[in-house]
Amino acid sequence: MITVSNISKQYESVKALTNISFSINDNEIFGLIGPDGAGKTTFMRLLTTMLLPDNGLIEANGFNTVSDYKKVRNIIGYMPGRFSLYQDLTVEENLNFFASVFNTTIEQNYDLIANIYKQIEPFKNRVAGKLSGGMKQKLALSCALIHKPEILVLDEPTTGVDAVSRMEFWQMLKRLKMKGITIIVSTPYMDEASLCDRVALIQNGQILKIDTPENIIKSYPKYLIAVNAKNKYKLIHDLRKYKNSSSVFAFGSSVHVTFKNNNTDIDELKNFLISEGNVEIDINIAQPDIEDCFMELMKAEKNE
Amino acid sequence: MKTLIFLIRKEFRQIKRNKVLLPIIFIMPILQLLILVHATTFQIRNVNIGVVDNDKSTTSLNLINTLGASEFFSITAFPAHISEAESMLAKSQIDMIMVIPQNFGSNLVREKQADIQFIPNAINVNFATLAYSYATMVLRSFNIRIITETTPTIMPVQHKVVNIIPRYYFNSEMNYKWYMFPGIMVILITMIGLFLSGLNLVREKEIGTSEQLNVTPIKKHHFILAKLIPFLIIGLLELTLATVLGILVYNVPFEGNFLVLVGFTFIYLFVVLGIGLLISTMANTQQQMMFVAFFVVIIFILLSGIFTPAESMPNWVQKLNVINPIAYFMKVIRMVMLKGSGINNLIHELISMTIYAIIVLSLATFRYRKTS
Repeated sequence: MITVSNISKQYESVKALTNISFSINDNEIFGLIGPDGAGKTTFMRLLTTMLLPDNGLIEANGFNTVSDYKKVRNIIGYMPGRFSLYQDLTVEENLNFFASVFNTTIEQNYDLIANIYKQIEPFKNRVAGKLSGGMKQKLALSCALIHKPEILVLDEPTTGVDAVSRMEFWQMLKRLKMKGITIIVSTPYMDEASLCDRVALIQNGQILKIDTPENIIKSYPKYLIAVNAKNKYKLIHDLRKYKNSSSVFAFGSSVHVTFKNNNTDIDELKNFLISEGNVEIDINIAQPDIEDCFMELMKAEKNE
Repeated sequence: MKTLIFLIRKEFRQIKRNKVLLPIIFIMPILQLLILVHATTFQIRNVNIGVVDNDKSTTSLNLINTLGASEFFSITAFPAHISEAESMLAKSQIDMIMVIPQNFGSNLVREKQADIQFIPNAINVNFATLAYSYATMVLRSFNIRIITETTPTIMPVQHKVVNIIPRYYFNSEMNYKWYMFPGIMVILITMIGLFLSGLNLVREKEIGTSEQLNVTPIKKHHFILAKLIPFLIIGLLELTLATVLGILVYNVPFEGNFLVLVGFTFIYLFVVLGIGLLISTMANTQQQMMFVAFFVVIIFILLSGIFTPAESMPNWVQKLNVINPIAYFMKVIRMVMLKGSGINNLIHELISMTIYAIIVLSLATFRYRKTS
């Protein structure tokens, strides 16, 4: 159990986190979702004892990250966003190094990393700098796990990773969760949010919402439709002009639109678009997902 | 302890694997000592002289030959006129002009006195002074010969001359290389200590591994020690290598006890390694580290009295040398090698360096803690 109470952190003039409080349950995959600069990395650095909070308190499984930082370091495994292992040491040497630093050996905790490490074991004598991106990531994960941490902290592990490797990575996280590890993962990709048990939506150093992905989607207050037309630019432009539209943004191959009141007539909208000269119009009712929720919450925040 | 040994082994493994660093660590000292000792010598040889001989007598020819026979001078030109000689001096074709006036030979015989003029190129003041004093030395021996040749033997003159026979202590052959050699050694050991340790730490910062290490229970003093010890060992290896090279190549006399030198170098290395680490805690990139370290080293080296004795610098400059570790080492290494000084002559330097090492290393460790 990780409890965060009234945490604030400021870098010179930038407020990175403003008075946030929440808790993370044991053995869950907890996602921090938010755009760049939202404060995700700052929170992770505070949790992993690398930064001191300006005020507030974080307790990781009962240990204070400031006064008990040594104990916290022993139960936390951290994988930074940037690959930061020794490029001039081999795969095996890197793993050995981190094992020794934690006073353990590869053999002792092999079962935990076996699944992941087996995939890079054929290259164990290759220097880490010469590995491919996906393999580097697996090595970094192995190194973060080598001391059998209770909490695993992953800072944007899937940024810049191809779709297949991303799915593979989330599979690995699911398996680690089954072994009883609490996993905190940040990501700028909204579609990965549904893979977490609970997510926190972060924006400008504040938490907009914390809930399970299902509940977040369920609580989406508005009627959402997806519109398609031949000329997308013109379509967005015209939709924004429409008297009843509330938010309009491109979403994948279509445009997601919400309305100021929820009983808007779709036919009326269609006629409006036709009168503006749009062709090949296609309107469907859309299932909101995390990204829609995020956009809506951001908008609400701005209006306040 | 186990962790420390493991950390040190990791450092050595990385040094061993570094394809640029490793050769440099061993080639640099050899090249520096073989080349720079010659390059920094103040002994003057091959001063090119242009002679304006307005006399053209046997005596003047005799003088020219005497000068040319000296190992310091070579007569390379005979400009017809002083203005031609001056333009050659301006073009650096010659280093010094000797003007022999008309009737030089006959004046010498008749009036027992004649003047000649030396015009050295004084861009390099030191060079000009030395060239001039060498020339007067040669001239004096010429004088004595002339006197004995031209004085009638029937009337033997008792030359009541006090002859000074100098004996140069600690470097009896006035071999400048013996003086410069320890100086170059100091530069070498300083470079190894100050640059390599600091750069190594900054590199961990740059590639992000220090961040990764910060979340491990690794102890800060273990981490710092693991950065010091490999370069301490390399520094002492270089010292040994350089000493052997000096004795074999330059016949540098090693008057003192090698162990005294090793002991002092040991403490000195802690100081420079500490300075390197201290700079690295303030730098974020290897570029910053390199630039600041270079700035510090250049100042320290030139202040240390490597070329000119520190004692002849202005008083306030000498005071600056109190905080200049290179000055201490420069002094000690010359004292031990050339003078054979033992520990009792070096107490002051030993204590100063020990205090220095403690201060710098504490500062570096403190700063490292604070920034992480």
